[in-house]
Amino acid sequence: MSSVTAQKRSQTLVIVSTTLVVIWLILAAFPFLWTLWGSFKVQADFFSKADWTNALTGTFTEQATGSAFTGRAYYGAWVQEEFWLAAVNTVIVVFCVVVISLTLGTLGGYALARSGYRYAFWLLMVALVFRAMPHITLVSGYLLPFFEWNLWGHLPTSIIVLVAINQPFTLWMLHSFFLNIPKDLDESAMVDGCTRFEAFRHVIIPVMWPGVITTGLFSFLLAYNDFAVTAMLLSQDNQTMVPKVASFLGSTFEEGNVMFAVASVVSATAPLFVLVLFFQRQIVSGLTAGAVKG
Amino acid sequence: MPHRTFLWFILPSLAAMILFIFFPIISVVIQSLYVEHEQVVITSENCGPFGCQTETTVDLEATQELRDAQPLGRFNGLGTYVNRGHLATQELATAWAESESLGAFWGQVMNLPFYRALAFTLTYTFVCTPLVLGLGLAIALGVNGLPRVFRGPTIFFSLLPMIVTPLIGSLILFWMIDAEGIIGKSLQVLLDDPELSLKASPTLTWITLIIYGVWSSAPFAFVIFYAGLQTVPGETLEAAMIDGASRWERIRYVVIPHLAPLAVFVTLIQLMDNFKVFEPIVGFSAEASAQSLSWIIYNDLRGDTQRFGSAAATSMLTIIGVAILLSPVLIRTWRDFNRKRV
Amino acid sequence: MTSRMLANECKLRRFDLACLRPRGRVTCGSGHKQIAPLPGVRGQQGDMGTMMTLRLGALSTAFAALAATTAIASCPIESGSIRVLSNEFGALRAVNAAAADCAGEGVEVVLNQTTEHRDLQVAALTPNPAEYTSAVVANSSIVPLMNEGLIRPLDDLIAEYAPDLPKLNQVSVGGNVMAIAFMANAQHLYVRTDILEQVGKEIPTTYEEVLDVLAAIEEAGIMEHPFAMNTKTGWNLGEEFINMYLGHGGEFFKPGTAEVAINNETGLKTLEMLAALNAYANPDFLTFDSNATQALWESGELAVAYMWGSRGGGMLDDEGSTPEVVNNTKLVAAPTVDGGSLPASTLWWDGFTIAKNISDKDAAATFQAMVHGIGPATVEANQSEAVWLSSAYQPGPQAEGVSATAQAGAKPYPMLPYMGLLHTALGNELSAFLQGQESAEQALADVEAAYTEAAREQGFLQ
Repeated sequence: MSSVTAQKRSQTLVIVSTTLVVIWLILAAFPFLWTLWGSFKVQADFFSKADWTNALTGTFTEQATGSAFTGRAYYGAWVQEEFWLAAVNTVIVVFCVVVISLTLGTLGGYALARSGYRYAFWLLMVALVFRAMPHITLVSGYLLPFFEWNLWGHLPTSIIVLVAINQPFTLWMLHSFFLNIPKDLDESAMVDGCTRFEAFRHVIIPVMWPGVITTGLFSFLLAYNDFAVTAMLLSQDNQTMVPKVASFLGSTFEEGNVMFAVASVVSATAPLFVLVLFFQRQIVSGLTAGAVKG
Repeated sequence: MPHRTFLWFILPSLAAMILFIFFPIISVVIQSLYVEHEQVVITSENCGPFGCQTETTVDLEATQELRDAQPLGRFNGLGTYVNRGHLATQELATAWAESESLGAFWGQVMNLPFYRALAFTLTYTFVCTPLVLGLGLAIALGVNGLPRVFRGPTIFFSLLPMIVTPLIGSLILFWMIDAEGIIGKSLQVLLDDPELSLKASPTLTWITLIIYGVWSSAPFAFVIFYAGLQTVPGETLEAAMIDGASRWERIRYVVIPHLAPLAVFVTLIQLMDNFKVFEPIVGFSAEASAQSLSWIIYNDLRGDTQRFGSAAATSMLTIIGVAILLSPVLIRTWRDFNRKRV
Repeated sequence: MTSRMLANECKLRRFDLACLRPRGRVTCGSGHKQIAPLPGVRGQQGDMGTMMTLRLGALSTAFAALAATTAIASCPIESGSIRVLSNEFGALRAVNAAAADCAGEGVEVVLNQTTEHRDLQVAALTPNPAEYTSAVVANSSIVPLMNEGLIRPLDDLIAEYAPDLPKLNQVSVGGNVMAIAFMANAQHLYVRTDILEQVGKEIPTTYEEVLDVLAAIEEAGIMEHPFAMNTKTGWNLGEEFINMYLGHGGEFFKPGTAEVAINNETGLKTLEMLAALNAYANPDFLTFDSNATQALWESGELAVAYMWGSRGGGMLDDEGSTPEVVNNTKLVAAPTVDGGSLPASTLWWDGFTIAKNISDKDAAATFQAMVHGIGPATVEANQSEAVWLSSAYQPGPQAEGVSATAQAGAKPYPMLPYMGLLHTALGNELSAFLQGQESAEQALADVEAAYTEAAREQGFLQ
């Protein structure tokens, strides 16, 4: 009797939770799908003050191009404005930031997790304080020295800055992850005559990937979406995607090409879809193996 | 681990942080204690395409002398911290002395830029953080109950609010919530109020910003909780089932305690990030109704005349604010750490 | 520097036409041509006093009548380095591309066209040698460069390389030419003639008439919110106050000092007028920037609007709007207010400066290249991109508003060392009043308090 009610209750729970997921999916994906749809319209339709249904029917798109859909925005962004150059720069920046962040972060996080001394704790605290510093203040502080020392405008400078700014988060996450890898693992290797670094290389590295990949996802998103650092520290030749997109938006005085921005953002999201699908198993098992501890 | 090994492992990471965060923070602290030296202003006749005007300019030579004498500017102590744009101690004291009622005093306090910003920042932080935690957990539980095939795409679509560049994400949402936009119009129909505009009233603007904040941060909490769910020990769950625990009871007594350390981590990061809220305010053109501490810093640095000293003081106040907010969590971590050492 | 030269030169993507052409002999076409000055106008050039009204007149339809010759700057430039920092939009791209075109073999060309230029310029021009040899600025953004002494007087360069450069283009501060202006801009009125006809009103020339027209439109039930101006909290709102306050004949500071003086009768009248106008605007008006007002105009929701002249081209083209709106859109002068004689608007120019912390050789190279960049060839090829301050400019309908406003005697945006601080304070402190949360007196007192504190921090006040 009681098991039947329990089952019923659990069935309701399944329905409730599935409904919740579906609602969330709509909320999460709808603005993006709307953007995807709108990227094939002209600005007057997608950004209409008169009637939002223009974006559905494409009144002005039809008027301007003779069809309800147009690839103009994509052509404008990729061919006319050479958005691909910014895309290449972004790939370089993001790749380097993720690799360097993770390398530094794993070494540091491992040390913090294995050191029993008080200063390890205080280092973690200080890292948190570092993270509290608003990026915009940091960046405006960099400007003058970077110009003086001729470091401004180059990709490596921005990469190092992004790595440094992201280090506190990376350290925290990886440190918590290493706490969950049993100490016996590397300590027994050291008993067998390995140095600390050899133990790290041969014993820890093979089991750490899941956690590292998860941390990598967040490093990736930080570098990929960053505006404050890249807009202020990169010259025009080295511009990445987000500042480039911002430059499409126009200013008080000048009209921009907002549709170029929309098309760029949509096309920049497509490769991420592949990436997330490819890595989602690792992402999940990553956090699985090394649950983050507060 | 011996000190020397520890040092070698942490060195690269530490060096990066010292160079690019610690030194700048020191310089920010110093900057916040100084104000610019006196600028010598002279009257000049300025001409351009639109005729001549009698205006003023900075006398460069005279100012340069002052500058050479005091390269850092004039020492101001904590003066910048307590002036009207920051803690406004004097203005507060006057308001307290002059106000007849608490309400009048509150009105005066809210007229000071720092406290106006602090009010929004704290509201945003304390409303957003629990909602993000709750929503993230709920989605994680929901997705965990889905058949395996659906999980991959679901994770991707759930991550979208985080992936789409906030710059464009908020721009498009801003047009969607316009009175003539798809969301704005739908709300008008749903609430049967043809005059409803999310952009016009301060209250609605705050609500919009908070909803956006939850929407864009929920994926972060979701990914971490979802992964944490994968590690819930199967035996404990089975034991609970045998004991006749319902699904809800299992979540309450097994799953949630297991996720507690994760929740602490997410809370820590969310409190900090929400306290630094900035992008949505610019994205939604919400400056009229909602200003945050980070926005004040941005505003000081993005004028024709950049106010470094003022921005430095607000930045330090932000750091102190974050430290106060996080202290309960940190004390907990400190206890954990000491327990582990023993 | 030299190691960067060639590498950088061809990394230039869009703009380095020299990279696409055979190396060496880049000819700069019409740049050398001397346009014969029109008889009778030449005499006006030197005399500043009598020039003023004439010059402003020249801004209107008679650009071409102004005596102008292109400089004798010689292209291609043989040596030096040209490094330009500028904002990012069509007209500046054209100028920069033409300037880059002037670089001969072995001349380094670096362009950085970015929306963040204002935040970079001071730091970029401070080191010696400076990162950029030229910064393209406007009336407001030249101020921080002058406050720090980062740009050089151009008189010698003009004498040597562009002796015929019209006075119109020269921006001088205390007798030294500090910038060469090449574009003009202003906010002015846009009206829908068909709507005015419907309510039987003339095109308004004062704000009192504007209010009258708006009342009539609302009464006739034609539009719910017939008016808009760029009132987004922050820079835009501050600019509207400044325009309206100048229209009322106000002075922002006690003469010759940095002491603010806006909390007075004029300030109150200004706020009253802004509130009265925005009563006819959409309740969202505190979020209105140029993008929003332009979209509103193009969707036909507005009958009268106060917007930037530089947006006129976009609103008069056949894209994004209906023929009904486009054909009836007229750009007219900014109105006067409260019986004043000057239009309630400020005039803006864009121009280039030359950095101080660079070698004279680089300065000469950059100056010549930029003079070529703003030459007639650029203007002729980009007539609709801007309101050019050039004899080669043939103003179209999109320039009518700016010209009329300038002609009516609007003042330029004040080039004061502390104007930016007041502008920021105005932009932030006035929205509470416009939302109806505080009194006009309180709002003005807040502005003064915020400004005074900022000016103290910056050393302008003690």
